[in-house]
Amino acid sequence: MGDEALFEFLHMEVVSYVCHSVQQDDTENGKVTAKLENLGYRVGQGLVERFTRDSPRFKDELDVMKFICKDFWTSVFKKQIDNLRTNHQGVYVLQDNRFRMLTQISCGKQYLEHAPKFLAFTCGLVRGGLSNLGINSVVTAEVSVMPACKFQVMIQRS
Amino acid sequence: MSRQANRATENKKISSELFSLTYGALVTQLCKDYENDEDVNKQLDKMGYNIGVRIIEDFLARSNIGRCNDFRETADVIAKTAFKIYLGVTPTVTNWSPAGDEFSLLLETNPLVDFVELPDNHSNLVYSSMLCGVLRGALEMVQMAVDVRFVQDSLKGDGSTEIRLKFLKRIEENIPAGEE
Repeated sequence: MGDEALFEFLHMEVVSYVCHSVQQDDTENGKVTAKLENLGYRVGQGLVERFTRDSPRFKDELDVMKFICKDFWTSVFKKQIDNLRTNHQGVYVLQDNRFRMLTQISCGKQYLEHAPKFLAFTCGLVRGGLSNLGINSVVTAEVSVMPACKFQVMIQRS
Repeated sequence: MSRQANRATENKKISSELFSLTYGALVTQLCKDYENDEDVNKQLDKMGYNIGVRIIEDFLARSNIGRCNDFRETADVIAKTAFKIYLGVTPTVTNWSPAGDEFSLLLETNPLVDFVELPDNHSNLVYSSMLCGVLRGALEMVQMAVDVRFVQDSLKGDGSTEIRLKFLKRIEENIPAGEE
């Protein structure tokens, strides 16, 4: 099927719905982000399950992260992550220089305050994907100039 | 190795699965947020409408289709071009009313419901009602007021999924003040 546009539109609607549904008492961004993140989490779990059906077992954590940066990102966003960095202690930074959920919004600092809510779903997507591959993590995102953004994955070991 | 080999073919499918999974997550969330199914249907329809009024521009820009002369032509464009582009399926156009102002879109497969099973306590939920909103919104932007609803739903045990479209009226174009 041809269409990413449909997903983009749906994503925008989901974001705007969640923003409105939360706004009664606590307009605090925390709740909006959490809700969007949870939505993404479920989707991420499902996607990874479908996606790795026929693939061999991953060697290690780094192998899993590479899979997220290449295959997973390509199927969801039609491009790979531009840069993957790690401190080899469980923190990974995934940088996307043209993140698709932001490209339609701005390329610069305009609307920067709205950027976080367009990233929360994707954070959840990554966390959900990782969790189904047996990795517990916390995923956050930051933007300094749109449409570039960085996702930080912190692996939780217990 | 097999991971690489599967990539190309899987890729296309995944993108539609991304959509249906996201849609599913949204419906789940709405069912949590609202107490009754009617409200969920309404909200889905509303969101669909918002998508429709925007997606029409994307559609016209990429399909190169001009204005339709009658409702039959509209039906054809919706089924053969629009559904094909966005959902990858081609519904059948049937059940024309004698006056030619009403028809049905028969969907053998509904991509939105790929991994869905309706629990018994949601019998009034019209799972794919977003589609109605999308159609209504998109057609409104090309000056057609249309009533869209589901009359059959494979999720509820019907043989196929049927969306009924009824032409209500032509929306007059508003001429900006001060112009002829």
